[in-house]
Amino acid sequence: MSTKKSLATIWLDGCSGCHMSVLDMDERLLALLEQAELVYSPLVDQKTFPDHVDITLVEGAVSTEEDLKKIKLVRSKTHTLVSLGDCAVTANVPSMRNPLSVKDILERVSDGAAPRQPSNVPLLLGNARPVHNFVKVDVFVPGCPPSADVIHLVLTDLLAGRQPDLTSITRFGK
Amino acid sequence: MQTPQHLDAKNGRIVNLDDLKTIAEQEALLKSQLKHRIFVCMGTACQSCQSADVLDSLTREVSTRGGQAECLVTPGGCQGNCAEAPLVVVEPGGQLYRGVAPGDAASVIDSLKTGPVKRLLCDTTAPFFTEQTRLVTEYRGLVNPERIEDYIAVGGYIGLLTAVTELTPDEVIQQVTRSGLRGRGGAGYPTGLKWSTVAKAVSEQKYVICNADEGDPGAFMNRSVLEDYPFRVLEGMAIAGYALGATQGYVYVRAEYPLAVKRIEKAIAGAQRHGLLGNNIANTQFSFHVEVRLGAGAFVCGEETALISSIEGGRGLPCPRPPYPAESGLWGHPTLINNVETYTNIAPIIRNGGDWFAKIGTEKSKGTKTFALSGRVKNTGLVEVPLGTTLRKIIFDIGGGVPEGHKFKAVQTGGPAGGCIPAEHLDAPIDYESLQSLGSFMGSGGMIVMDDTSCMVDVAKFFMDFCATESCGKCIPCRVGTVHMRDILNKITTGEASLEDLAQLEELCDMVKYTSLCGLGQGAPNPVLSTLRYFKDEYMAHIIDHLCPAGVCAGKGQDIRRPACVL
Amino acid sequence: MRVVTLSINGQHLSGRNDESVLQVARAHNIDIPTLCQLDGLSTWGGCRLCLVHVEGNNKLVPACVTNVFEGMVVQTESERLARYRRMIIEMLFSEGNHICSVCVSNGNCELQDAAQSQGIDHISLPYLYPERTVDASHDRFTFDPNRCVLCTRCVRVCDEVEGAHTWDVAGRGIKAHLITDLNQPWGESSSCTSCGKCVQVCPTGALFEKGKGAGEMVKKNEFLVYLEEMRQKRS
Repeated sequence: MSTKKSLATIWLDGCSGCHMSVLDMDERLLALLEQAELVYSPLVDQKTFPDHVDITLVEGAVSTEEDLKKIKLVRSKTHTLVSLGDCAVTANVPSMRNPLSVKDILERVSDGAAPRQPSNVPLLLGNARPVHNFVKVDVFVPGCPPSADVIHLVLTDLLAGRQPDLTSITRFGK
Repeated sequence: MQTPQHLDAKNGRIVNLDDLKTIAEQEALLKSQLKHRIFVCMGTACQSCQSADVLDSLTREVSTRGGQAECLVTPGGCQGNCAEAPLVVVEPGGQLYRGVAPGDAASVIDSLKTGPVKRLLCDTTAPFFTEQTRLVTEYRGLVNPERIEDYIAVGGYIGLLTAVTELTPDEVIQQVTRSGLRGRGGAGYPTGLKWSTVAKAVSEQKYVICNADEGDPGAFMNRSVLEDYPFRVLEGMAIAGYALGATQGYVYVRAEYPLAVKRIEKAIAGAQRHGLLGNNIANTQFSFHVEVRLGAGAFVCGEETALISSIEGGRGLPCPRPPYPAESGLWGHPTLINNVETYTNIAPIIRNGGDWFAKIGTEKSKGTKTFALSGRVKNTGLVEVPLGTTLRKIIFDIGGGVPEGHKFKAVQTGGPAGGCIPAEHLDAPIDYESLQSLGSFMGSGGMIVMDDTSCMVDVAKFFMDFCATESCGKCIPCRVGTVHMRDILNKITTGEASLEDLAQLEELCDMVKYTSLCGLGQGAPNPVLSTLRYFKDEYMAHIIDHLCPAGVCAGKGQDIRRPACVL
Repeated sequence: MRVVTLSINGQHLSGRNDESVLQVARAHNIDIPTLCQLDGLSTWGGCRLCLVHVEGNNKLVPACVTNVFEGMVVQTESERLARYRRMIIEMLFSEGNHICSVCVSNGNCELQDAAQSQGIDHISLPYLYPERTVDASHDRFTFDPNRCVLCTRCVRVCDEVEGAHTWDVAGRGIKAHLITDLNQPWGESSSCTSCGKCVQVCPTGALFEKGKGAGEMVKKNEFLVYLEEMRQKRS
């Protein structure tokens, strides 16, 4: 077998913009995939999260019980967990609901018709929170979204066993 | 009250030591004509237990029996053992009656002939009374706080008139410096040094401010002193005014102390009437006026720069120092700010000399200090001891120890910026330096005793909550840091905290202590730091075992975690 | 006034004794982070970002309000100061609702800049998520308190430069917040001259011009120094 590292990406409460940014690496993706195998992602057809993953990129905030279950599972099976983008790092736009109660929000969006959460979608947590509020995060990549260049640097460094230094190239927002 | 003859000629003005002597003699004569004097404490604690009714019924009882000529019933001051209010003293003899009800009037008056009412009698040979040294609370309770003549009869205003008529301002400051008196507001800055800084400052206008914005939880020394000795506070301020070249003084007192406000306002009017405040005091060029400014209860207004801002009509926000008020204070002028108790010590220092004062206390902490003893201690109330007295003596001898067979755990001194001192340090002498080395603070004199029924994490949370509520919001570390620290303490007491939270709490303590703008923020972490220093095991019990050893956060042996919330 | 010599970070410099450490440092291109300070306004000393070490003083001192003196030895960087500065920035992010990505000042924000320059890539303190209501009652400007850091630059510029004193702070501690007039909607303020100075000095997107979208609000506060100079010349 190859000595390729395993790479996964997951998508919690976010807009998928960070995944788009991953795709924006264009042909550099091919070079990266020489060193790493994408074993789980919304971008590939794989139903269950593998038992051991070297690097997982997390997009999105933890907003629902489903998100929470997922991130705990992913954390337990991942060596290096990366919070990718502002939603994962700060809870960003999903957190804008936090000053209000879940009940108020549901009433507002459904115009009073559905004061309770419907049972066929995951229950909302009281607050949408950043990933590191629930599990240990190894690398933080702020940005909305982080640029393809930033993601490229993160992956190249991590695959080479280095901790990336992002302070001068990315920040909250843009 | 009749006014001495020759004072009338001067419109009641008292202008020299002879005038004082005349009044004192007059008072002594009056006293000699009386067989008995009955003092009913009219302090806040006693009044809240209907001492005004007791005063009324005693007065009525005396007049019913036609004894007004030989028995005087008069309002008096605090006896110290406020927990036993209402208190009544009968002179001569000094019998102290506690828990006196209006219905007891007849028995008390009977006792003047038949001997003490045993069921009401307080044992004044107990250490609570014998082990104290009364300097600030001189003639405790036996002076009617609203009569200037009562004050003059016990040596009042000798200090001011001596200073103004016989001493130069420099000589006054010299005496204060020699006395070794240090600021009683808590920080212990040498008073003489502060005075000479203001005296040296060159300005057309200078101000003298009395900080009576007492706000520490459990502290009521300043309130009691203002209620009992308003004239002495004013005398101290006037002496300061003379020494520094200031003509205007302000008493900044919280509006929650209505009785203290009333007394100080009455005293200002009384002193003015007798020429002891106002223009040309003692017929000299020296004029000094005092006005009262009410605080709206913000704790931070006890911080001197915030207090000044409040007097100026601004928000009570602290400013970075330097410049210190001594250089640029009220309206930009050199300003002296001292605590109530500091001013109270001034008149005796001038009257008896700085060296006399310096004989009391320790090498670096001179004089006495009043403490508001409260919490889990048998004798709660106001006590006064020489600095250098051990905590053990105050709590166990004077305070009578912890009641109901409980075990002493800690004593909290210094208010929200102070710390909790455990049993192993009970023999530490109380002075500015030793309290600081124990991780606490002298503060203005609050002393809260805690026993094994107190959870130290809960205590830290209480003080942090106080600081978070009282933070003014100007600087970020205090505004936000106190809230985060409170939240973590809350998590600890509900068993939701981890060791990482504890580490973050310690990091926040360090940061808030060293980066906050004023003493409120800088001191806010102290209750946490001191309880972590002495009672870390209690923190660990909450975090690791989810148990509260004292049984406060949950019953003893019960899990402190709240049951999971069912949606 | 006289000239004194001092050292900042080992560099030997001179300055006037009526100048602050911050002024002297900036004149020599030594960067000290600030947030509440702004040239042309009175000093405030509230943000505590500019705390520095001064030899012989066991307390940290704010560079903005501490004047230089002969022989002063200043250290503006240390591991400890860096830690404190990061915590201050983190505290600001945690107490408000700062959503950089959708903010009018995204890319032109002093808080965002400060976070980056202090190397902050996430906020370790828990967010407090306060409920704060936007005031959009003014014709030309909007106040979004979610983004306010209480630096009080708006309060000071309105009082000291414009002379209107429309803005002030109400409440205490974590509940402290800006108000216009006696806590009336900004649009109904009788003292506001709509000069917009508050908007231009605001370091974040808390005050902005209506019609500006995310990232479109660029603040210009250079006018302050100019005004100060002109007023000094006239007086």
